[in-house]
Amino acid sequence: MTAVTERPAVRRVTVRRGVPRLRRLGLQVAVLVAALALWEVVTRQVEQPYFPPPSVFLPQLQTLWFSGPPAHAFLTEEALHSLVPSLAKLATGWAIAAAAGVVLGLALGRFRPLRQYVDPVLQLGRAVPPPTLIPLFLVVFHLGTTLEVVTIAFGVVWPVLLNTMDGAASVDPLQLDTARVFGLGRFSRMFHLILPASAPKIFAGLRVSVSIALILMVIAELMGGGEGIGEDLVNAQRTFQLPAMWGYIVILGVLGYLLNTLFLVVERRSLRWYRGSRQNEPL
Amino acid sequence: MLKVENVGHTYGHGPGRHVAISDVSFEVTQGQLVSIVGPSGCGKSTLLRSLAGLIKPTEGSVSLNDEPVKSVPDGLAVVFQDYSRSLFPWLSVRDNVSLPLRRRGMNRGQRAEAAEQALVSVGLEGSAGKYPWQLSGGMQQRASIARALAYKPTLLLMDEPFGSVDAQTREDLEDLVLRVRADHDMTILLVTHDIDESVYVGDRVLVLTRAPGSIRADLTVDLPDKRDQITTRESAAFVHLRAEIGRLVRDKQIAEVPEAAAAESAGPAERVEEGSG
Repeated sequence: MTAVTERPAVRRVTVRRGVPRLRRLGLQVAVLVAALALWEVVTRQVEQPYFPPPSVFLPQLQTLWFSGPPAHAFLTEEALHSLVPSLAKLATGWAIAAAAGVVLGLALGRFRPLRQYVDPVLQLGRAVPPPTLIPLFLVVFHLGTTLEVVTIAFGVVWPVLLNTMDGAASVDPLQLDTARVFGLGRFSRMFHLILPASAPKIFAGLRVSVSIALILMVIAELMGGGEGIGEDLVNAQRTFQLPAMWGYIVILGVLGYLLNTLFLVVERRSLRWYRGSRQNEPL
Repeated sequence: MLKVENVGHTYGHGPGRHVAISDVSFEVTQGQLVSIVGPSGCGKSTLLRSLAGLIKPTEGSVSLNDEPVKSVPDGLAVVFQDYSRSLFPWLSVRDNVSLPLRRRGMNRGQRAEAAEQALVSVGLEGSAGKYPWQLSGGMQQRASIARALAYKPTLLLMDEPFGSVDAQTREDLEDLVLRVRADHDMTILLVTHDIDESVYVGDRVLVLTRAPGSIRADLTVDLPDKRDQITTRESAAFVHLRAEIGRLVRDKQIAEVPEAAAAESAGPAERVEEGSG
């Protein structure tokens, strides 16, 4: 064998603009604290019962939700009673829609004539705001968990479906030729080429859909009257427990943030190759 | 083993149509390494895609071992020019090489072993676990050659495989092809726009005319089998042959006369006059 004397590709160093990681984290916390302080000051100044200061509703939230036993991750019965059904509905609706969206999207993405015929219907379906369908779903599914899950699924399916379709339709033709030349079977072609090649777009769709799922979960609970954080929120508002209402609003915000962060971690791990190959692309 | 008869391909219809190649005929025998060279845009890639069964030529026929080529034949592998796109970035180098072996009915262990062997023979044994995008261009092209070798094709097509690597890497890869060919007794068709390369690696050089491409000349490379980047390239036979092919490729006027006349070599005076075009 002749010796190989090629140098590995020169890796472009990722430039972290500005501040290092730890300091950036510190600054982020500082901004958050400053925002809370501003909120505190403003709400104390206006002295409106509708706008309780954080120093009032946060401790209340703590006793209501986070004073439970360590075995329950410090969550109270009350918290579990709201959180579990809400998250279960969210996960079920999201999972059903994500699976359906990916499967349909792959099929449509790989089959051009079908995609062209179906496209107007999809665009129309996507344009319908899911909450407007709740009255219709009410007639079909009646009040309850099914209604809420269906509402979530209906909102989630579009970004997943359309992104997957787009990803599957734009697989590099040279990669498809490669698959043909090397005689990859249907299964290999789907699982080793089309699915991974579409993965960056699929993930983008899934991530958008997580926040849509959260919004629809709350709306469905507000309108559908099932158990969950949304129901707690509307109950608190109707009984003028305004600090509790604010507590639930904060909980929902934090929940959305956590879900998105969790999703980003999964996405980063699955798409390591994608970021790597993008970084090494010639300018 | 490979028989190409009156192959022509036209893209599109009506006034906007483009005749990429027309009336291409040649035969390749088992174990030959044939270079196909021609001016840019002469339909080299179209010809190669027709041979690979990736497109169905609008005219003529291609047959491999007396079987007409209708789709991609079983024992055929292709090394594409654009290595960075033809390797799958989500698979390690090892998995890229072993993925096509699934249909060979090999189990996981056998596939891994075959991949390892192929990577050793292209000098990439240390990079099996890396991703393609962690390698230099030359190493990526080695990986895609390894993928083709592991597949053990009877016919290997290479579409300007060294078009986008630096000169030193290019020479290394040319020698790699010669070595592979000696070790594996493969029939290889290599499309290139580099005249020196076509002579250096080939047993035979097919020169295509300007678009629509057809066979301009079919030359035997009369050089010893053992080649060397320095001595082969300075030998009188090499210099003479590359000059002759250079004239054939560049010669506009001759390229436009009908096929029958074009197949004969042109007189020296005409070549000089048109040579600058």
